Amino acid sequence: MDQSHIRNFSIIAHIDHGKSTLADRILELTHAVSSRDMREQVLDSMELERERGITIKAQAVRVEWKGHQLNLIDTPGHVDFTYEVSRSLQACEGALLVVDAAQGTQAQTLANAYLAIENNLEIAPVVNKIDLPQADPDGAAAELADLIGDSPDHVLRISAKTGQGVEEVLDAVVERIPPPGGDLEAPTRALIFDSSYDEYRGVVAFVRVVDGRFERRQVLRAMALGTRFEAQELGFFSPNRRETPTLEAGEVGYVITGLKDVSRLRVGDTLTTEARPAAAPLPGYKDVKPMVFAGLFPTDSDDYPELRDALEKLKLNDAALFYEPETSKALGFGFRCGFLGLLHMEIVRERLEREFDLDLLVTAPNVAYRVKPPHGDWREVHTPSDMPNEVEEVEEPYIKASIIVPKEFVGAVMELNNDRRGRFDHLEYLSEERVHLMYELPLAEIVLDYYDQLKSRTRGYASFDYDVIGFRPGTLVRVDVLVGGEPVDALSLIIHRDVAYDRGRALVERLRQEIPRQMFDVALQAAIGSRVIARETVKAKRKDVLAKCYGGDITRKRKLLERQKAGKRRMKQVGMVEVPQEAFLAVLNLNEDRK
Amino acid sequence: MSGPRHLYVHLPFCSSRCGYCDFVTAVGRPDEHARYVEALLEELKLERDLLAPELETVFLGGGTPTFTEPAALERLLDALPPAAELTVEANPETVTPELAALLRRAGVNRVSLGAQSFQPELLAVLDRVAQPDTIRRAFYHLRDAGFGNISLDLIYGIPGQSPSDLEADLGEALTLGPEHLSCYELEAKPGTRFTHAHGAELARQAEAMESYFELVVDRLTDAGYRWYETANFCRVPEAVGGRDLRARHNLAYWLGRDYLGVGVGAVSTIENRRWRNTPRLRAYLDALSRRQRPERELEVLSDAVRREERVMLGLRLDEPLVLGPVAAAVDDVALERMESLGLASVSRLAGPATISLTRRGRLLGGGVTAEILA
Repeated sequence: MDQSHIRNFSIIAHIDHGKSTLADRILELTHAVSSRDMREQVLDSMELERERGITIKAQAVRVEWKGHQLNLIDTPGHVDFTYEVSRSLQACEGALLVVDAAQGTQAQTLANAYLAIENNLEIAPVVNKIDLPQADPDGAAAELADLIGDSPDHVLRISAKTGQGVEEVLDAVVERIPPPGGDLEAPTRALIFDSSYDEYRGVVAFVRVVDGRFERRQVLRAMALGTRFEAQELGFFSPNRRETPTLEAGEVGYVITGLKDVSRLRVGDTLTTEARPAAAPLPGYKDVKPMVFAGLFPTDSDDYPELRDALEKLKLNDAALFYEPETSKALGFGFRCGFLGLLHMEIVRERLEREFDLDLLVTAPNVAYRVKPPHGDWREVHTPSDMPNEVEEVEEPYIKASIIVPKEFVGAVMELNNDRRGRFDHLEYLSEERVHLMYELPLAEIVLDYYDQLKSRTRGYASFDYDVIGFRPGTLVRVDVLVGGEPVDALSLIIHRDVAYDRGRALVERLRQEIPRQMFDVALQAAIGSRVIARETVKAKRKDVLAKCYGGDITRKRKLLERQKAGKRRMKQVGMVEVPQEAFLAVLNLNEDRK
Repeated sequence: MSGPRHLYVHLPFCSSRCGYCDFVTAVGRPDEHARYVEALLEELKLERDLLAPELETVFLGGGTPTFTEPAALERLLDALPPAAELTVEANPETVTPELAALLRRAGVNRVSLGAQSFQPELLAVLDRVAQPDTIRRAFYHLRDAGFGNISLDLIYGIPGQSPSDLEADLGEALTLGPEHLSCYELEAKPGTRFTHAHGAELARQAEAMESYFELVVDRLTDAGYRWYETANFCRVPEAVGGRDLRARHNLAYWLGRDYLGVGVGAVSTIENRRWRNTPRLRAYLDALSRRQRPERELEVLSDAVRREERVMLGLRLDEPLVLGPVAAAVDDVALERMESLGLASVSRLAGPATISLTRRGRLLGGGVTAEILA
């Protein structure tokens, strides 16, 4: 199709502000789907995504509106996938910025709006849910207009739920968003903005063709990674898959590659043709690196092969997931996994438990550290127990945190951020009532419970988003935990020297509550190097008998004993000490004590 | 195989039900006692061929066997096969001089008296009918009737009980000078009325019981009793002219011997079969009135399970457990670990290898056994 009749756009919104409902309504209005057989929220395909109200993997849907081809490119909705969001936005010329009329601008709205502005997108502001009784469309419109430097009159007011104003939205897409301006005669360049994996067809790349055209059976090349393959099939979704012989400049669609390894085709890379390659790739490709790490161990060590197979399968659909085998003295064989962030970790863990029916023990997450041992070279450490005893310098990842709260909670947020080694950056009023705070924080300070704390201290009003901004030096030490004199690798943690004492003490105290009394005294120690900084003792049991046992009791008592024995099997053996699995989560719960 | 030499007879009747009790019991029903005894004898007749020609022990348990109508009780005792040890369980309030004489006449040579406590308020918590004086009187009635082997049951960990209450109970019991003592911690079954009523206090007692158990063992062994089983004590032979006063019937259980149990809810274990008679009195009576075996729940015991039980039971005793026949049920590495912790010792010096638990090992017997079992 002539590029002047093509519009490529995304919907960006905070969770629950109505992105999926608006997408559904658009599909309905353009007759892509009849309302009768429409499943709610067509774009979110995975069960988990629907439950959480978020979209992990983008897809693109092509619809017709008044003689125009509209490509709606869905974006992932969460902080951990910022890079993927930015690639999706790069595939568009414009975006609908949707805000809930009752809730107004949220941290994610801001983050994504800035991303859209950075990508030079034309933004069409939309206030949704105007039908709600508590809606304040004027207030929300004023905030939105202010944010993007537009007039409040220009803000569309709709109810995606009832369909009110949605036609005007489609008209605005055609009128306000510019058509693509690629060069149809230039060597082909297409941006990969998402990919997924099909068991039979291999990797499926979602692309936006910028220049030139693709044809079926052409040999293509991914410019950054150098991967070559034949385009087995081209097409688009509407919302069902439709094959086409070509994809041209300005269009959005999919390429079936036949590749069996997702890591060979990364989001952000540029596809060109092998026969007439482009001189330079499209800008912006980044190799996304995991920043949050945790050990995943099967509760039953016999399940190790199942866990390995499950991770392999997940990895097919999730190029950002990193894993390598890890052996813990306390927990046995498992994997050290790297994630983009906390939500990513949560999603992977839930999918492993739900889709693969695995019972997992997940150790406390930690961030990636860069360390320089004396006389050695810088290297990255993903496990606290790998941190060398002697280090010359340590660096930890920092984030820029963006927090929006009603003004009465500013003090509470500042206090929390100060506790978490935050550095205040700036503050601005979004409206008379709502304040936007920017902080720089060590990522390590938010991986455990930051979000929960933020929510509880602001009665749920705060919204939060962050972006990793790089590594910075830190005064960090490794605290080891010894149980009965044996170091427990899975309990080591890396923390700021100033809080090492308090955390060490809290940790052994918590462990004392978690480790059941044994047949002997068990010493619990926290140590930095060889220096013990805290100590507790689990006192030996003095009595452990089944009271009476006569002819009629024998079977029952035997079963009690068998249960006692089975209970022991679920414990992890540290030296002579039996440690319940829950104890390994003690590190996670430490902050409950820290007010 | 000559068949079991140990017979258990269950008499379920009680004057009232004690809140903590989870045995098969039936309150009152004096009109049914005679019929029940006939049923018992009918069952015994059906199973007589299973038993050895000569019995070593017979044990009448309950319920309250001595609450059974005297005529019915006498009829039962007269009809039972003779045995070297014939024990009857008794509740203090049922023990009159007449009853003591009846038992004696019928050949009973051991009585197990359910004292439980000597503190009136603790007896009330347990729903016991007897008062402290009732217990003492019952004891002397038995002595006067010529019983030279009396056992007292005590319970500790009763809601409201303090360490000094327990000391006092032990003191009172020792004053009577019984040949044998059984001391149990109160087992409150989850979901029972009793547990519901005393929840918080039971949790407190559970902690206190750690030291209570040691206190019981110390006090009784100091007083010249042999701690021969986890919860059982008897006077040392030297003090009683060489008599072995261990409960021979119960010892049979702990040594893993076969036994036949008759009566409602009674359990039998013979070779690789264990069965439990229906706990429903009506069903039991009906079946036997038709001269049929009562409904039974059968459990088939593998050799491995019987070995496991031999270890579980054997380690409750102070006598060393001979390792050979149960070796397959024992985890050698764990056993060594228990030795290194000073909880068990293995003797290989003379004769067959044996395992015994140290004093601390016996206090932790449940945990140690769970470790040792392979």
